[in-house]
Amino acid sequence: MLNRTIAPAFRQVNDINFIKPTANNLANGIPVYTINAGETELVRIEFIFENVNWDVRQPLQAVAANGLINSGTKTLTAMQIAEKVDYYGAFLQTEYGADHTNITLYTLTKHLPSVLPILWSVLNESVFPQHELDIYKQNQKQKLQVSLQKNDYLARKTFAHAIFGDTAYGSDINAADYDQLQQQDLLAYYKAAFQPANCTIIIAGKFVAQDFEVLNKVFGGAWENNAAVTKNDFQFVAEAGKDLYIEKPEALQSAIRMGNLSINRTHTDFPALQILNCVFGGYFGSRLMANIREDKGYTYGIGSGIASLKHAGYFFLATEVGADVCTSALTEIEKEINILRSDLIAEEELDLVRNYMLGSLLGSLENAFSHADKFKNIHFAGLDYDYYDNYIHTVKNITAERLKVIANQYLDWNAMTRVVVGKK
Amino acid sequence: MVNFNRFTLANGLKVLVHEDPTTPMAVLNILYDVGARDEEEGRTGFAHLFEHLMFGGSINIPSYDEPLQRVGGENNAFTSNDITNYYITLPAANIETAFWLESDRMLSLAFSEKSLETQRNVVCEEFKQRYLNQPYGDVWLKLRPLAYEKHPYRWATIGQDLAQIENAKMEDVKAFFKKHYNPQNAILVVGGNIKTEEVKELAEKWFGPIPAGDKYLRDLPKEVEQTEARSLTVNADVPLNAIYTAFKMPARLGENYQVFDLLSDILSQGQSSRLYNSLLKEQQLFSEINAYITSSLDEGLFIVEGKLVEGVSMEQAESAIWTELQKIATSLVSEEELTKVKNKSESIMVFSEMNLLDKAMNLAFYELLGDADLLNVEINKYLSITAEQIQQVAQETFKKEKSSTLYYLANA
Repeated sequence: MLNRTIAPAFRQVNDINFIKPTANNLANGIPVYTINAGETELVRIEFIFENVNWDVRQPLQAVAANGLINSGTKTLTAMQIAEKVDYYGAFLQTEYGADHTNITLYTLTKHLPSVLPILWSVLNESVFPQHELDIYKQNQKQKLQVSLQKNDYLARKTFAHAIFGDTAYGSDINAADYDQLQQQDLLAYYKAAFQPANCTIIIAGKFVAQDFEVLNKVFGGAWENNAAVTKNDFQFVAEAGKDLYIEKPEALQSAIRMGNLSINRTHTDFPALQILNCVFGGYFGSRLMANIREDKGYTYGIGSGIASLKHAGYFFLATEVGADVCTSALTEIEKEINILRSDLIAEEELDLVRNYMLGSLLGSLENAFSHADKFKNIHFAGLDYDYYDNYIHTVKNITAERLKVIANQYLDWNAMTRVVVGKK
Repeated sequence: MVNFNRFTLANGLKVLVHEDPTTPMAVLNILYDVGARDEEEGRTGFAHLFEHLMFGGSINIPSYDEPLQRVGGENNAFTSNDITNYYITLPAANIETAFWLESDRMLSLAFSEKSLETQRNVVCEEFKQRYLNQPYGDVWLKLRPLAYEKHPYRWATIGQDLAQIENAKMEDVKAFFKKHYNPQNAILVVGGNIKTEEVKELAEKWFGPIPAGDKYLRDLPKEVEQTEARSLTVNADVPLNAIYTAFKMPARLGENYQVFDLLSDILSQGQSSRLYNSLLKEQQLFSEINAYITSSLDEGLFIVEGKLVEGVSMEQAESAIWTELQKIATSLVSEEELTKVKNKSESIMVFSEMNLLDKAMNLAFYELLGDADLLNVEINKYLSITAEQIQQVAQETFKKEKSSTLYYLANA
């Protein structure tokens, strides 16, 4: 008779294999990192540009240049670009991040020779038509109006601005920032940012030597853009924690977002802090979820994380809780922080978190795209694959004592900026 | 092409295996043939609340999540109007843990009062977070009962209101479990770095002893054919006026389902689509405009929705939508435009095979449709569609008397 009360035997994850990219350069020097893997005849090519020339008076310059980059070139209209890309079943995505702008092409490998020239035109001869800019401004302002009615959006924006001020990481965007966007400023940014010296190409999927030749033929020559560039450089000073409250009398729920400046991936304590974060609010079984969702039922979800940026790292916690229990939820959050600072994590819990994190890492390496993503994490932080060896070693061997020290160093209610939007 | 093997246990549980030796992981996906459409009026939101309770401990295992996390696994679930789907991802070496956990909660839940009380609260907070405390969050709570008069698609998965969730009783939970959660109403898919023989053994060992239960036979009321335009006007504290128009369309297995899907792509997929270029770019009447289908197992909806540019009147915006719908109903799409949306569909299909969990979920869903093999031939249905078919369904569908329109207006 089967005894269902006894768990089957299991093993901790042991072998975690990373596929490392091959490094190459186009004829004009652009570094190309390729993970050629997978059964399917498709490929993802990312053109990654560092964000540059930060100008506090024009906080949307880079965002809008990225958003409108495929809205018309010297040879193609916005409609023609979209039609051609769609015709080949390809996807062209533009994504603006805190440190980088990604122009990403997903395509069946066989269509590369047809699709890459469209992308060349986008990266070399975009003209940012006034008409397209006007539509962009109008529609983005409308979207912003909707976002501003969302408590979680307001909390995120208020928090970022409190921590990072008027930098690219924290800029407090409002409708007037859209109004002042000018065609000439977008062009100026485009000429500076979208040039070979500022570009890294990351390729994942089916991509062999002859595909590289196609890529090199299209992108390996001189590019049109070559304006002078000032690299972004931000420095931040931690301030004392504070409470920021935006009252919404009609709110059914309050959005809570809190955290502080912290370390980023380049710091030796980063893996240890990730483990601590996992225990605290980093997975479904975390202490925050166990207490505030699964025991009290105050929320649909609560979580925490550490974000690693080029010029900073920050710790954050976010949730939306019933307006009537907001104060109680805050009390419980503070309590959980203090328990991590005063008590050792039990071995049973720590073992579970170790296994969970290793399984999660293994599961995050499922295809060529995810291997490329793992490479990007370290490459743009100036690290190499030793980082992952060390991460795995730390997960397997860290002690409860060490995590308590980490908690006392990095997890402090009084150091946090605590934003509440809704009712308390 | 997603390969698979298939067998059925004596108790009726269907099992599919997708062997993928390129990954060190495995997934176990179990689909229960029950959704919000199987609820009773006045007790809505129950299928979804029940999904939450499935994580509150089973008859022999007090915690579901903890033992899974301990072996390096993760899990989640979702409920729709049609199905409830649970999935586990974990290192393939530990696959037996997934069988152990998943079979015990099919055998019986713990039915803990504490879990019911907590999850009632959690689901109420989810209701607020997604539907009530968001601008435009309640659109589907209003649009469904406008578009459907008889079929249970007239309520959303989350339920009609908070009170029905707050009133859920333990006896309801037990009855729901007995009715829907048994081997005959489930499809199990195991994928990843596993062998079919191994899955057979594990399935027999853990799921084989579970009693078959009674097969639930669905008999849902059908909609009467709509013959009059319907509309509803809502005023709310939102910044922009919005419009949502719904038309009935065939069920997932209906003859023309794929034609409607391509029709929505022509109108609205990406920046080369018709509505985007005509209504947002050229006429600048909308700041967002979309057309899509609900992909429902019973008669579904074809939706056109948009947010109006400030200063544009609702009459002007609505009439511009209808002009585009008339255009596609009265003239043939070009060969090039049709090839474009077909190529895109084909490409999306290929990209979806990059992800193990997606493959497992798709196999389960197509098996529910009648045969998992349908997954691998679905694209042929899209590729064979003609311009004439597109025009014909547009003609039959885009009529005022068949439309249900929600005007969502910003308070002055």
